[in-house]
Parts: sequence; structure tokens; C-alpha cells
Amino acid sequence: MAVSLRQPESNDVRLLEDAVTFEVAHPVHSKLRTPLILGDKSYADVTQDICKLLEPKPGRGWWISLGVSLVMLAIGVIATVHTVNTGIGTWGLNRTVGWGFDITNFVFWIGIGHAGTFISAILFLFNQKWRTSVNRSAEAMTLIAVMCAGLFPIIHMGRPWLFYWVLPYPNTRGTLWVNFRSPLLWDFFAISTYFTISAVFWYLGLVPDLATARDRTKSKWRQILYRVMSLGWNGSNRTWSRYETVYTVLAALATPLVLSVHSIVSFDFATSLIPGWHSTIFPPYFVAGAVFSGFAMVMTLMILVRKLMHLEDYITRQHLENMCKVALLTGSIVGLAYVTEIFIGLYSGNPNEIFVIINRGLGPYAWAYWIMFGCNALVSQLFWFRRLRTSIPAIFAISILINVGMWFERFVIIVTSLHRDFLPSSWAMYVPSITEVGLLVGSFGLFFTAFLIFLRLFPVISINEVKGVLKYAKH
Amino acid sequence: MPNIESAKRFTAAFFEREEDLIAGAAEARLAGFEVYDVYTPFPVHGMDRAVALPPSRLTWIAFLAGALGLVFGLTLQVWTSAYDWPLNVGGKPFNSFPLFIPVTFELTVLFSGLIAIGVLFARNRMWLFSKRKVFERVTDDRFVLVLRQSDASFDFHKAVRLFSRHNAIKVIEGDQFV
Repeated sequence: MAVSLRQPESNDVRLLEDAVTFEVAHPVHSKLRTPLILGDKSYADVTQDICKLLEPKPGRGWWISLGVSLVMLAIGVIATVHTVNTGIGTWGLNRTVGWGFDITNFVFWIGIGHAGTFISAILFLFNQKWRTSVNRSAEAMTLIAVMCAGLFPIIHMGRPWLFYWVLPYPNTRGTLWVNFRSPLLWDFFAISTYFTISAVFWYLGLVPDLATARDRTKSKWRQILYRVMSLGWNGSNRTWSRYETVYTVLAALATPLVLSVHSIVSFDFATSLIPGWHSTIFPPYFVAGAVFSGFAMVMTLMILVRKLMHLEDYITRQHLENMCKVALLTGSIVGLAYVTEIFIGLYSGNPNEIFVIINRGLGPYAWAYWIMFGCNALVSQLFWFRRLRTSIPAIFAISILINVGMWFERFVIIVTSLHRDFLPSSWAMYVPSITEVGLLVGSFGLFFTAFLIFLRLFPVISINEVKGVLKYAKH
Repeated sequence: MPNIESAKRFTAAFFEREEDLIAGAAEARLAGFEVYDVYTPFPVHGMDRAVALPPSRLTWIAFLAGALGLVFGLTLQVWTSAYDWPLNVGGKPFNSFPLFIPVTFELTVLFSGLIAIGVLFARNRMWLFSKRKVFERVTDDRFVLVLRQSDASFDFHKAVRLFSRHNAIKVIEGDQFV
């Protein structure tokens, strides 16, 4: 362990010491920036505030929430068992509309999953220090959302126990390889890579905090859990130095990864020849939509978490306002994409393209289209007003509307493009069956169950990163 | 004046503020002491420079691992699709190179990320059943600087004087800290 260090360059050290002495003697209080963490906390206060959330037995509110989530999850389990036992015929799909709720939910959850890595990786590279209060729970949300998303294609396979056939492994079928030219296969690689890297990134950030929790907790089983999971972390500077290097490398890797995942999801549609899907605008449009919906979900969750767990000093209005600004930007990009789609469709001169655009806005699913347009393109514009960006009830209401709107966006893209295709004799309507609704409810059940367990098991806010920004704007 | 406890191979100084730690570490190094390691509750920026820790080479590991993933991904796809069992899919060429890019990219990222973190854990000797000891409160709000008493010329009292100038709250000696 002990490595002899190279000789000091005395000049270097003297400069450094001067800087330190100067800084200590002349503390600068910024008038332009406000502290990220309120309440003049010391390092010990931060440890205490976050770790004490893990100590007591969960309250009644937590048990009621968990109960409701478990009921929803049970509904999902029943729907899954019914689907797998009987077959995909239990769904409302037909020969014209081959993708419905399943792929809508899949794209919806994957989109939600984009905010966590956006906050943890992209905002890290851009040195946005406010991310430290929200990145832990946003990353947990990402992991859970990607799990929810991954279930839908697997269930849709009809024979989910043959799921591993998408892996390119030497097999007894003459070694028949998978088709690497298919966007559906790219999707498998993209999502499993995304899940793995997000999980590793989340865990790496968690290790020092698990050590903090390990050194404080009185509970026996928590001590064992944290001792094993913190991997013997002792805060050594050599360890920190390597840790930060790898954290930065992972952030740099995760940044293009975030952009690639939803681009590849959009290829599922864009590489086909269906009017309404066959469009080069899809990758950026999907990525912006994903970040938009993800931030809406982070805001919904964070408003609940700060209120219920009394974290108002850590997740401040400033944090929420910053997230509103990201939602405003991405929401505007989404709105621009909607308008561009209409313009290009009508301008194309292709009767099928023109028909899809008119059918979306005025056809039988027009209600879904206008919910999507209103909730995403229009409602997000409310964030131009500072009063709404800083009002917690307003942010909460708007974030829920955005979640609804973004779910409908995927529904509109999938169903309205399919239900009236080239041949009018095969036109059909799609109505989800009760089983499909059960699967959607179940995915929310899984999401909230897992998130509630996360809140009780791990430090919800990154303790070590918050300590690092505690003096932000203070000197 | 900080408390002083009994004598042996390592000297540890406890600080309350990271500014004191950085200044103390830099001065100790300048005074010819061998800084064994520093223990902090969060990454203290400027610490690496203060103890002259060279930048980590893990970025190179990540780069090479990524390159390995890239080569593996491309080889896998070209070999399976164009050589081992060429299949005509929609009249596309067997070696549909541009269509292999997405999976190649994903495998590059996957290899780079997983190998980098694996090497990080190995290099830091972090594993599930690690029995490593931790200084009191270092995962909370204490900053600890450990000097190695490498030879007989080591002057404990000089070290204590140095650290007390930098507001150390406690200086101890011991055989084994970590």
C-alpha cells in the first residue's frame, strides 16, 4: 500500500499554501449565488440529517404507500400470469395494431429512466453542483424505471422463458446467430448496457455513503448489509483520487450512452416504412422527450420526498426551479418536433404521410393527440413564469400533467400510425383489454414498491457529494 | 496544544477543516515528512496536489477496455453475420457494416465501464468481506493525515508542532492504522 511519493516541487507547494492562506484570511461571500444547501449545516449535520432517516421504524405513511403499491404490483402479477398462461390474445391487439399498450409502456418507462443518468452524468460533466441533492434518488428512479420498461418486451415475447435467445451465444440450432441488422436487437444491447452502466454508476456513488451509514448504524442487519456493500471503504485519499477518476470516466461514457439509448428506441420505429414512424427527426425528438418526461417524474418524486422526509433544506426551491428550466427547454424541443412533424408531413406530398397527420389531429384518436399536445407542448410553457417555477403546488401539478402527456405521446405515435395503414379494408381500432391495463397498473406498482424500499434502505441524498458543495457560495 | 498519545510507526493528525488539512499536508511534505495517506469524508480538491499524488492511470485502463469492447463487438458481428452463417435478411449485404455500429458502440461502453470499475475495486482492494479499519469519524466530519515514521530521524515533536500550527485537534502515534 505504501508507495513513496515523488519529491515536492517547493514552488508548487508554496503557491498552493499562499492560495490556501489567502482563502482562509479573506472569505468571499458571493452575492450572485445562493447556497445550495440551506440552514448553515456542518459536515456532521449532513451525516446526521441523512442517516437519521434510516434509523427509526418506518411510519404509517410509508406502510400505507407500500400497501397501495403492493396491491398495484399484485394486479400486475395477475395480469402477467394470465398473459403468459393464455397468450398475447388476452390483449386488445389485432392484425392491424400489433403494438399497443406494451410498447407504449416500454417507451414511457425507458423515457422516465433518462433523467437519472442525465442528472448524474451530463450535469456532472457540466459541473452543475446542484445535482448533488437529487442525483442519488434520480439514479435509483432510473434503475427502477428501466426494470419496469424491460418487462414489457419480455412479456410481449409470449414465451418469456426463451428470452435468452436474443443473446448471441453458440447454440444447438447449428449456431444460428441473432440478426444484428435488427433495431430490436440493438434495443436489447442498448437497454441492457444502459441498465448495467447506470447500476454500476449508482452503486459507485453509494459506496462512500454506505461506509458512513455503516459507521453509525446501531441495527445488526443494517451493519452487515452496509459493511458488505461498502467494500471496506475507509476514505483514503488515494482511493478517492482513483474513485473520482473512474466516476468521471463513467460520466463521460454514460453521456453518449443516454443519448444512444432513446435514439435506438426510436430506430425501432424510424427504420420501418410506416408513415408517422419513418422519420429522421425521431432520434433527437425521442431523446428530448425522454429527458422531458424523466425530469417531470423526478420533480413529482422529489416534491413528495422532500415533504414527507423533511428534506426541504437539501432539496430546495432552487433545485426544483433548475429542473423546471430543463423541462422547459426539452418541452419546447418536443413542441418544436410536433410542429415540424405536421409541417414535414403536409409538405411531403406523399398522400399516406398527409393522411397520417390529418388522422392524428382529427381522426378517432384526436383526443389522445390533443392531450399529448396540450400537456407537453403547451403546459410546459408555463415554466416561463418564475412564479410558477418556484411554486411547489404548481410544479407538482404541471409535472403530473407532463407525465400524462408523455405517456399519451407514445400511445399516439404507436397506435395512430398503425391503426389506419395503406389498405383501408384493414383499418381497425385499438382498445386495450383489462389485462393490458392491469400490466400498466402493475408497472407503477413495481416502480413505487421498489422506490419506497430504496428510501428506507439507502441514504436518499449523496452525503459525500453534499459535503463537497456545502461551502458553495459561502467562500 | 493537541493531545499526544504513545509512540510507534505511524503518526496521525486529526483536523476539523479541509483547509487546515491541505495546508498541513503540504507543509509536512515540504518539511521532509513522508505522507502515508490522508483520510477524508469526501474528496477534498487540491489534496492530490498537496501530497503530490500523481494522476490515476485508470483512464488508460478505461480507454483500452473500450477499445477491446469495440474490437470484440465488430468482430462478433462481422464474423457471425458474414462468415459463420451468412443469412440473407431483406437483401441486405452480409457485412452490413453501418448497421453494426449501434451494438459496437454499446459494447464499447459496456466493456470500458465494467472493466474500469473492476480495476478500481481491485486496485483499491475493495471487496465484499474487507476487514479494513477506519479512523473514528472519518466517514463523518474528521480529516486525518497519516505520516510514516520511515527512519530514526523522524521527529515526533516536530510533527506535533507543525500540525498544531495548522489547528490539528489531536495527534497520535501507533503501529497499525489501516
